Amino acid sequence: MARIVVDPVTRIEGHLRVEVEVDGGSVTDAWSSCTMWRGIETILKGRDPRDAWYFTQRICGVCTTVHALASVRAVENALGIVPPLNAQLIRNLIALSQFVQDHVVHFYHLHALDWVDVVSALDADPAATAELASSISDYPRSGASHFAAVQTRLANFVAGGRLGPFAQGYWGHSAYKLPPEANLMAVSHYLDALDFQREYIRIHAILGGKNPHLQTYLVGGMAVPIDPNSQNAINAGTLLELRKLLESGLRFVSQAYIPDVLAVASFYTDWAAIGSGLGNYMAFGDFPTGTQNPSVDPEALYLPSGLILNNDLSTVVPLDPTKITEYVAHSWFNYEEGDEVPLPPFEGETSPNYTGPEPPYEFLDTDNKYSWLKSPRYDDLPVEVGPLARMLVAYGSGHTRVKELVDFVLGTLGVGAEALFSTLGRTAARAIEAQVLAEHSLTVLDQLAANISGGDIAIHNGELWEPSSWPDTASGFGMHEAPRGALSHWVTIADGAIDHYQIVVPSTWNAGPRDGNGTSGAYESALLGTPIADPTQPLEILRTVHSFDPCMACAAHILDKDGNPIVEVSVT
Amino acid sequence: MPAVLATSETLGEKLEVRGVTRRTFLAFCTSLTATLALPSVFSERIAHALETSAKPTLIWLEFQDCAGNTESFLRAHNPGVAELILDILSLDYHETIMAAAGTQAEAAKEVALEPGGHILVVEGSVPTADGGVYCTIAGRTALQQLEEAAEGAAAIINVGTCSSFGGIPAASPNPTGAKGVPDVVKNVPIINLPGCPMNVDNLLGTIAHYLTFGALPATDGQARPLFAYGQRIHDNCERRAHFDAGQFALEWGDEGHRKGWCLYKLGCKGPTTFHNCPSQRWNMGTSWPVGAGHGCVGCSEADFWDTMSPFYERLPKPPGFGVTTTADQIGLGIVAATAIGFGAHGVAKVIQHRRADGNSEEPVPETTVDEKGSDE
Repeated sequence: MARIVVDPVTRIEGHLRVEVEVDGGSVTDAWSSCTMWRGIETILKGRDPRDAWYFTQRICGVCTTVHALASVRAVENALGIVPPLNAQLIRNLIALSQFVQDHVVHFYHLHALDWVDVVSALDADPAATAELASSISDYPRSGASHFAAVQTRLANFVAGGRLGPFAQGYWGHSAYKLPPEANLMAVSHYLDALDFQREYIRIHAILGGKNPHLQTYLVGGMAVPIDPNSQNAINAGTLLELRKLLESGLRFVSQAYIPDVLAVASFYTDWAAIGSGLGNYMAFGDFPTGTQNPSVDPEALYLPSGLILNNDLSTVVPLDPTKITEYVAHSWFNYEEGDEVPLPPFEGETSPNYTGPEPPYEFLDTDNKYSWLKSPRYDDLPVEVGPLARMLVAYGSGHTRVKELVDFVLGTLGVGAEALFSTLGRTAARAIEAQVLAEHSLTVLDQLAANISGGDIAIHNGELWEPSSWPDTASGFGMHEAPRGALSHWVTIADGAIDHYQIVVPSTWNAGPRDGNGTSGAYESALLGTPIADPTQPLEILRTVHSFDPCMACAAHILDKDGNPIVEVSVT
Repeated sequence: MPAVLATSETLGEKLEVRGVTRRTFLAFCTSLTATLALPSVFSERIAHALETSAKPTLIWLEFQDCAGNTESFLRAHNPGVAELILDILSLDYHETIMAAAGTQAEAAKEVALEPGGHILVVEGSVPTADGGVYCTIAGRTALQQLEEAAEGAAAIINVGTCSSFGGIPAASPNPTGAKGVPDVVKNVPIINLPGCPMNVDNLLGTIAHYLTFGALPATDGQARPLFAYGQRIHDNCERRAHFDAGQFALEWGDEGHRKGWCLYKLGCKGPTTFHNCPSQRWNMGTSWPVGAGHGCVGCSEADFWDTMSPFYERLPKPPGFGVTTTADQIGLGIVAATAIGFGAHGVAKVIQHRRADGNSEEPVPETTVDEKGSDE
């Protein structure tokens, strides 16, 4: 038996360490550890709740919209503020384009190199590559001369002897199965996707001023004005430009992303039986069609909420947010009443307590505390969140478009529904979701245009903008489906300032350590049974971990509670 | 030629091989020249430097970060990130992008560090409390990683406010003892590119400046390049005329907001913030926060999380300074103490115009009507 450490796990956001035990060529036990912590909730205490979105947004620059949105929803929920329909639709557009951007970048730039052997592309025949590409898609840059040019570029790069970010990769590893032509096509699309993401995300600059870290969220609405008769506001020209960009997203997903995932997956169908994990999936649902706050009104959401338990697609269990709790039994935190009992978010506590080995260290003390993540549980159950969870809940709920696409993908690959519960299933679900949401983004744009043409130009509800209009104390929570899964912010406001703030993050649900019952979370569970061809090269471990799209800066956070020294922030 | 440059294949040769036209390349050099706020005649010199220089080695470390600066890097255009990582730079270590993980990733870094002379890019703050346990990579603390990578570096470029000044982890009460790189590394030339995140145009401008002139760009007292941080947002803002005319947005979505009037009364911190956002803009020049309708929050200033918040409160009592003021003249102390404000010149204009404008019933806050300290 050997213990393998992967630290840093790369091609993710943030700092993740994985330790696994390998016996007989496969993983027999696994520990997932986040090795970075900042304490943003502690920093929030005492500040203006209207600023919270801007602070929490800095939790993550990759999923740069998600905390801002969950935060304004939480504060609006606490204070009973209903944003105007235009603001709600603009928030939807920003979030939907974030999904498309994030999923594309994840597949091509964070995940693809687990399946694609870059060096093998040098052996491809460009004409055969063109034939392959045209047989699966009408994507335009698919001619033999194009692939020849990409190959030449790659050959010159390799011949230069400086491999940069591709140095020390796992090229030639026996687990790579794609023929050279498929590798060349994927490398070409890797480069194209770099151009695509830069152009597409201009949507966020138009609606948010910049990306990353858009700057137009407001408690009560949005700060981007609408006026068809002004050059300094969203007008018909803006809507046209948005349409062009949103359509480019749909085109890239349907012409490149989906066909590429199907092509790659067809060579790796064995991975439809690897990495299954917990079998429990949770989705909060999202994309309200009206002005409702999805946190309190789950009806009329484009993607539904609920849980799938024990891989049973026939039953969707209704979601009850009060069943969410967090353990710190194996996390570097302490609870006042003992670490074995979980606490609900509104009663969460702050008390960092590092008990790990003194750096530099070789191994973590995995029998005890070993991560800066807590272990969230639903009704004391570990659950997986993310694209797979959302697609399963939507599938189980009879969502027409999701069902069509899931059945299409399963049929194309010639596998049954059980294949969804796997490393490959996660990767396919993410692509399906990108397609569904890219389509939906155009519907939302139509709705926005129709609402504006009906004469509604409101973007902010300012009735409760001034803190003097707020009650002495108020509590609320905001839920959002982030690209990586179910996200919730929980806030208590007292005397116009934040008294308590907690964030329960998708990657915490998935990457958290064992709980007080010794039960593993999603990563640890999914890694069990993963085949390891060469213990010195963690390629297969990366496949399963990357299938979750880890976001560790999001996951590592802290709870706050009375008893912590309240430090007065500068209020001038 | 700076020591960082090894003599191997040059960019000019590489671009020729992959068929990038000279016109495209010169367009890129022209845009870099503009970013660097240099006269256009320098465009040729930059082109020459880039064409004849071999790829500099970049090591990019992430500590207490959000990867926002990495994302900003991915938004590079003209040249795009593909050209950057394949042709212009040798990005030998970057956790978010690199193929290798774990042992192989650390090995790639060791190889790249061996000859020295690399450019070290740092994203995220460095936690110093409790022995640095709040950020470890490969079992070693951020500080241990940083010290090793800084050894022999030609320069450190801090991308974003966190590595420049500590940023949000260092915001009160700074639970992890987070510090900016300049507070923990000495004896290596440092450039700070604060901003939340940094604008990638300014990173490329800094690197181009280094390759072209063989030296780091001139900076202010906070190690920020003057080409990017030499002027106040307020002085280059497209809404400045409305400030001078006393035309302010007063509520989100009101007539002034829709017409693009000044956002000062909704909390804009442009008058105390030094950054080239108004001219450079973001995402291929598409927009910037004030352009989109939300005030500046001062994200390129040290400690802005504490000194500029609450973000929707108007700037307090101004000491008074004019449009030619630099950050150094205002002084670190003033920024840190939040004794911030804007020029009496502007205030006088407000008073002068408010009788004639629709906002006249909205008095200019008393604290801003302060003629003392004018440097006009």
